[in-house]
Amino acid sequence: MPSDHPPAPEESSAESLVAEHVLEFPGGYTRTTGPVIGRFLTELREGRIVGVRTAAGRVLVPPLEYDPETGDPVTGEYVQVGPAGTVRSWAWVGTPRKGHPLDRPFAWALIELDGAGTALVHAVDAGTVKAMRPGLRVRPRFRPEAERAGHITDIACFVPEVSTMAAPIRTEYRVRPGRSLARFLEGVRDGVFLGGRCAHCDKVYVPYRTTCPECGSTIGEEVELPDTGTVTTFAINNLPDPRAPQVPFVSAYVVLDGADVPMIVLLGDVPARDVRQGMRVRAVWVPPEERTLSMGNIRWFAPTGEPDVRL
Amino acid sequence: MREVAVVAFAQTRHTGYDEGLTEPELISPILQEVRRATGLTRFGFTCSGSCDYLAGAPFSFVSALDAVGAWPPISESHVEMDAAWALYEAWVRLQHGDVDSALVYGYGKSSQGDLREIMTLQLDPYYLAPLGLDQVSYAALQASALGAPESELTGIVRRSRADGRANPYALDLPDPADEPAGQEHAVHPLRPIDVAPPTDGAAAIVLAAGDLARDLAERPAWITGIAHRAEPHYLGVRDLARSPSAAGAARAAGVGKGPVDIAELHAQFSHEEVILRQALGLSSGTVVNPSGGPLAANPVMATGLIRVGEAARRVMDGTARRAVAHATSGPCLQQNLVTVLEA
Ligand SMILES: [Zn+2]
Repeated sequence: MPSDHPPAPEESSAESLVAEHVLEFPGGYTRTTGPVIGRFLTELREGRIVGVRTAAGRVLVPPLEYDPETGDPVTGEYVQVGPAGTVRSWAWVGTPRKGHPLDRPFAWALIELDGAGTALVHAVDAGTVKAMRPGLRVRPRFRPEAERAGHITDIACFVPEVSTMAAPIRTEYRVRPGRSLARFLEGVRDGVFLGGRCAHCDKVYVPYRTTCPECGSTIGEEVELPDTGTVTTFAINNLPDPRAPQVPFVSAYVVLDGADVPMIVLLGDVPARDVRQGMRVRAVWVPPEERTLSMGNIRWFAPTGEPDVRL
Repeated sequence: MREVAVVAFAQTRHTGYDEGLTEPELISPILQEVRRATGLTRFGFTCSGSCDYLAGAPFSFVSALDAVGAWPPISESHVEMDAAWALYEAWVRLQHGDVDSALVYGYGKSSQGDLREIMTLQLDPYYLAPLGLDQVSYAALQASALGAPESELTGIVRRSRADGRANPYALDLPDPADEPAGQEHAVHPLRPIDVAPPTDGAAAIVLAAGDLARDLAERPAWITGIAHRAEPHYLGVRDLARSPSAAGAARAAGVGKGPVDIAELHAQFSHEEVILRQALGLSSGTVVNPSGGPLAANPVMATGLIRVGEAARRVMDGTARRAVAHATSGPCLQQNLVTVLEA
């Protein structure tokens, strides 16, 4: 049966390849609040907490646009509640995480504010878990007025009615290349391009892969391809990129000789205006002693000077 | 309703670490396995469930199609949810009557990121996500609202891990008594053992309608009821100690219309099993999570589909006559899908 521990990879093998990857909206994603949430956040910035009344008379805090019981739109009646309230249930965080609102142990709690018919989820800075109990009376601690921005965490800003807010997203990952790409990179380390031939479709795919994208069958046959090919299409890029030799640079689709699908590569040693479809190119490799398990082994592709191929 | 049955099920040998496989490499073997089991190479409909935030790459689910074989073009769909909902979509698609088979698969690699924080991204962006309310924290709020005795929860973990050790596809986790002493709570009242282990894995199911199902399987697991219900998203408007949506889905699926031999429940925290047993109205005669359940292997986005597969497997091999599978999505059992499978 599978264990929960990985086998130790051999050092310097492709099995040990891992890259850091970050997904982030720098500065936060801009979201409109709509009138109901916007009203709540606007009042919050003023240091007040309001709920909205449903047709049945229940006060929803924080306000929702629709009554969760009936699905009907809520009334336009906003009611100031609290600011004190009662803890209905709670959970204790002994070791806060970096995204948490407090950097010391605290409780998450469902808090029923005085006058509200629902509970608000927020953090309680109680000092110790022993202080927490259902029925505990709590009060909000607002940030200084100058720091409030109309955000559930009450960060600073000024007066116009709130219509937007920032929702930061940043999550970190550790990604590995997978066996197909790892195998391909082993080839690149050794100065060859590895492809895979689908026996069923009789097509050669490069980079190397283990399944055929056309028919889905397992690819068993590995083939070595030459480092020459033909440009099928290209783009001239005017924004700098750390991987590119200069600006403007040319990225192109190149079908390696013997392959059935193009690879995307950089072109170099040629002015951008001279690049054309059908141009014959060859990979420019870094010296063997500098090669690693990386596409960085190929500086770019450069024209061979052979006559163009008719596509 | 058109008769539809599960006729094949396959899952990976799930791991608690990154095996170094891409998603297509992970799912390709199990797709081959269900193709072999049914003899089908093309399906009337294909539907998958996964979550792009697990890999942190937009449209990462599209790359998984490499393992499916999408040429000539196939009829295909995807849900950004557990693949149990992909199965629901496939079941609805088969009700149209013009196709007779469907391939459903789901996969998830929790190992690449931090699942607790990734699951924060599913919360509403105004009131909950900005607080940094992580997955274990909101589950702990629900456990606190329920207030089940610790001994009952330990018993659920003990049984789940023992069943998981006997399941070749689940993780090999020790008895709670053999865990190192003095471990801190994950988030009180949840202990680390109450939380499903981060898991990489995948699963696939083939559905077939009517006579095709009878041709493909000796003993198809017929779907005699399937229903989905949801509750409000905001935690503060719900009674977290109960799951009225799971109860409503169970009623609509007809769980109570006969004895339930086994139930596979998508309980990623031990207390969720207590809430779900009550919501589904399961008696003490029902064996719960004989596979070990999510507490023994939780490849997110496949975990719910595996509940259907494990329940169906037991109907197909004759160890159960009537089985129930439950899948959940959203914070604190917000959405629930209940499937009844019969011989
Ligand atoms: Zn092929």
